[in-house]
Amino acid sequence: MTGNFQYDNRKFVIGGIVIAIVAVFIVRLFSLQILSKDYKEQGDNNAFLNKTIYPSRGVIYDRQGKLLVFNQPAYDVLVCMREVKDLDTLAFCRALNMTQEMFDKRMADIKNITLNPGYSRYTDQVFLSQLTAEDIAQFNEQLYKFQGFTTRMRTIRQYNYPYAAHLLGDMGEVSKKDMAADEYYSRGDYIGKQGIESFYEKELRGQKGVEVLLRNAHGRIMEHYMDGAQDVEAVPGKDLTLSIDMELQALGERLMKNKIGSIVAIEPSTGEVLCMVSSPTFDPHDLIGRQRGANHLALSKDKRKPLLNRAIQGTYPPGSTFKTSQALTYLQEGIITPETLLPCTHGFVLGSLHVGCHDGYASWSVIPAIATSCNGFFCWGLYRMMSSSKFSNVQEAMTVWKDHMVDMGFGYKLGIDLPGEQRGFIPNAAYYDKVYKGSWKGQTIISIAIGQGEVTLTPLQIANLCSTIANRGYYIAPHVVREVHGGDLDSLYHTRHYTTVERRYYDIVVQGMRNAVLMGTCRSANTPFFEVCGKTGTAQNRGKDHSVFMGFAPKDDPKIAIAVFVENGGFGAVYGVPIGALMMEKYINGQLSEASEQKASDFEHRVIHYSDTER
Amino acid sequence: MATRNANIGKSVDWFTIVLYAILVVCGWFSICGASYDFTNHDFFSFATRPGKQLVWIGCATLLGIVLLNIEKKYYELLAYPVYVAFIVLLVVTIFIAPDTKGSHSWLVFGPVKVQPAEFAKFATALALGKLMSSYNYSIGKRSDFIKTLAIIVLPMLLIVAQSETGSALVYLAFFLVLYREGMTGSLLLVGVCAVVFFVLGISLGGKTFTDMPVDTGMFVVLLLVPLITALMLSIYAHDGRRAAVVLLSALGATLAAYLTSRFFVPFNICIVQIIVCVLIFLYLLIVYAVERMPRYVLIGIFALGSVGYYYSCDYVFNNVLEDYQQARIRVTLGVDVDDKGVGYNVNQSKIAIGSGGLFGKGFLKGTQTKLDYVPEQATDFIFCTIGEEKGFVGSVAVLLLFGAFILRLLVLAERQGTNRFARIYGYSIVCILTLHLLINIGMVLGLTPVIGIPLPFFSYGGSSLWGFTIMIAIFLRMDAERSVR
Repeated sequence: MTGNFQYDNRKFVIGGIVIAIVAVFIVRLFSLQILSKDYKEQGDNNAFLNKTIYPSRGVIYDRQGKLLVFNQPAYDVLVCMREVKDLDTLAFCRALNMTQEMFDKRMADIKNITLNPGYSRYTDQVFLSQLTAEDIAQFNEQLYKFQGFTTRMRTIRQYNYPYAAHLLGDMGEVSKKDMAADEYYSRGDYIGKQGIESFYEKELRGQKGVEVLLRNAHGRIMEHYMDGAQDVEAVPGKDLTLSIDMELQALGERLMKNKIGSIVAIEPSTGEVLCMVSSPTFDPHDLIGRQRGANHLALSKDKRKPLLNRAIQGTYPPGSTFKTSQALTYLQEGIITPETLLPCTHGFVLGSLHVGCHDGYASWSVIPAIATSCNGFFCWGLYRMMSSSKFSNVQEAMTVWKDHMVDMGFGYKLGIDLPGEQRGFIPNAAYYDKVYKGSWKGQTIISIAIGQGEVTLTPLQIANLCSTIANRGYYIAPHVVREVHGGDLDSLYHTRHYTTVERRYYDIVVQGMRNAVLMGTCRSANTPFFEVCGKTGTAQNRGKDHSVFMGFAPKDDPKIAIAVFVENGGFGAVYGVPIGALMMEKYINGQLSEASEQKASDFEHRVIHYSDTER
Repeated sequence: MATRNANIGKSVDWFTIVLYAILVVCGWFSICGASYDFTNHDFFSFATRPGKQLVWIGCATLLGIVLLNIEKKYYELLAYPVYVAFIVLLVVTIFIAPDTKGSHSWLVFGPVKVQPAEFAKFATALALGKLMSSYNYSIGKRSDFIKTLAIIVLPMLLIVAQSETGSALVYLAFFLVLYREGMTGSLLLVGVCAVVFFVLGISLGGKTFTDMPVDTGMFVVLLLVPLITALMLSIYAHDGRRAAVVLLSALGATLAAYLTSRFFVPFNICIVQIIVCVLIFLYLLIVYAVERMPRYVLIGIFALGSVGYYYSCDYVFNNVLEDYQQARIRVTLGVDVDDKGVGYNVNQSKIAIGSGGLFGKGFLKGTQTKLDYVPEQATDFIFCTIGEEKGFVGSVAVLLLFGAFILRLLVLAERQGTNRFARIYGYSIVCILTLHLLINIGMVLGLTPVIGIPLPFFSYGGSSLWGFTIMIAIFLRMDAERSVR
């Protein structure tokens, strides 16, 4: 050993440096690869482009199997700003049939962060949407000239019939709220906005698929990752069969032309809605394609509110149709027996209170009272119930009354498979305590006995009442979808809901309604083909009375229960009864007789004039 | 000669050769991974990088075998001529090399490009060994030390002139060799301190310390100065007592200043720290006057000089360096985040490695490296491919291989014993490999600045592979003769 001996331990310093370097690197690798998850995510964002594959949306059939709603291709023009180079705007505008100003405005709008919060130079932005196949064909031919622009096929809804717009609903781009509520959606997706499209969105939409594509550092798409092993196929949406009979719906819409109101028909045994007319209506074709925005705006500004589905969103005083529910309640509570006679002296007279009635001086039992729609009878009935010694006070009586009403499906949503259903209003004791500061009696609230006053129902609830009577005591929640292909209906839609009133009392009310057709207020509904039961209503309101009818047929094997509500149509017998009769005939016979056809076209052309301020 | 040749197979250190072979093979597979773009499966075609690298590996093997069969005495004999030849080649290269991305370091022979700087390393190592093993050489002698420096610095300057600063930096490894051979460690310590002070000053600078008007970077550096001064007193002056005096008084003064600032009057503690450093300097001057030992003065100068150095660094960084240079340094030190500009390479490199996870994505399955996100993925950033495809397990395995390889060479160098030529040559290899590892993987992991030098045996390219192969083959021959004797 030479003089280097004294430096011998320096080999440990050098060896130590090597070991230290390796150790530091291992610690660093550990923190990068094991501890941090960010890099994995960033790496995936870098390299993978998840391209969404849109499933085809479920189509919609009516109860006869007629195709109502289907899909039609539409084309979007997309632009990726970063890639736009040497654009010949003149040729571009010509290819898309637009002016230079439109082009400039559109480009500016896309870049405007307030209008287009998701803007990025690096991703595709929608330049124009929903072009037709012809429009796009012309553009596609020249697409190679327009660097940075691409086209994308989407599908939009298309309709075979101009009817049932409210019911079918429409589609629109998802809102921020939609996206916040459900992670499934991303910007630019379509979602059902109204009607069945909205309520059955989850069934109809299916499941988006994804193609995992590789994207290199220059943004170029390379190919499918792992030859497509990570791709997820799109699951097509489920088709729906509606309980709606499109022919019946079409007739209903014809009959309601130039009138405001609604027709709802239900198959009593199943709760299936056979038609749901809301007038005024519009053509569902108006709310598809590029004209959607403008048309929607016009419809929403219309004073007659054609976008409102009055069948479930309009709440009206039910008028005399409500008397059937009162008869059932009085009978069930033992306030009256089928034989009890109650007086009518041109109505209900108690002290200074007088509720008028078209009947003269007479005493009626319940069956003829229903048939003639005697106000006096039902007012006395309610008066007796409210002052009955059976209850400790009027509040208790009111609570019992309210419970019967709620049980019949009033005052709450029936749970139809459509969005936006209104619940109507059934007052309760607490409500009257508040209004009358605790001092009220039967006579104070007497008008609810005849479906006036505070009581409001939707046309659907009236139809459901009729359906319950036709079933003699139960109903199944009304619904418009009969079958989800490859799926199940909510159990609500095949569960019988029995009311608190016994069947024998329903038989009495049925007899009353039958008599109304045979010899009472709705004689014009009588037909030799089948036994019709009915009840008119003439609902008072600020303007002219509403014309109401509810009925079902045939009496002993009901196929259809119907409610007709014509705003300001006057007596029930004027519009309600004939329209209801035509609808029942059409549904049960499958067609209208010649005379009925004549009548239908007469009603189709009847116009009720409404003032602009009324609605 | 014949007998020697017959014996080389027995006497050569097979352990090193096996490690070398494993590294080269792993390197080749990494190059396959880095060059693959999901479409091209033909790794054996000469048109592809893996195919070419196979040829380079073949050549390297032949070259290695030839060099293993040349006797050590020839290396010793030819050390200077070889060195001179490479110096001449480096000079010539500056003038005849075409511009390749701003550097003039590549000589082009038809389809083949050669980088003389990669070969100059072994020549320098040979010359250094020759010089330092010469009779009567002493590193402590000024003339000898200057000669030594000249041998190291000359190729460095030429390579800088070729605009290959990164490759030139590698020659700093030779100073570690000098340290092993007796150069005073204080130089290394001062060098390390210079780097540490600079890094801390920049990376912690500009941030305030708690709620007081104190620059954190300055505070930490000024705290370290007395600590290291005390350390030097204890190591170089063997004066533990005075070391303790310096240490305790500095800490005491700083603590007192801190408490005063915290609870009474907030002020800049650094003023006290600077005064402390000045006092230490004066104190050591007095000690020198008493003890008559120049070391005390030198250590005192270190204390005062460090403060001056810190301030001049600060000044140079902010006033002399160009903006982009500042940015590059700040990003490297983690002060700034800039993933799109200066930091793009490093960020993508970290993403690639980080996305590998524990076991990696599998051979040829890495996405970041294949899709061009990582720059220079087959050459300088080759370690990304390993990180992404082989994960933590594979990366650590490669690091451990390197560690084992270098340590083995260190053991071999040590066992040359009195044969200074072989030992110095061996240490040169050890230190060069270590520096390559430090700079290359440090860069890929975002720990050191982006300096483009290859990862030995892994980075694509013949020059680098041949350069390292020559180095190692010659050393193995020297080592083999040691056992023959």
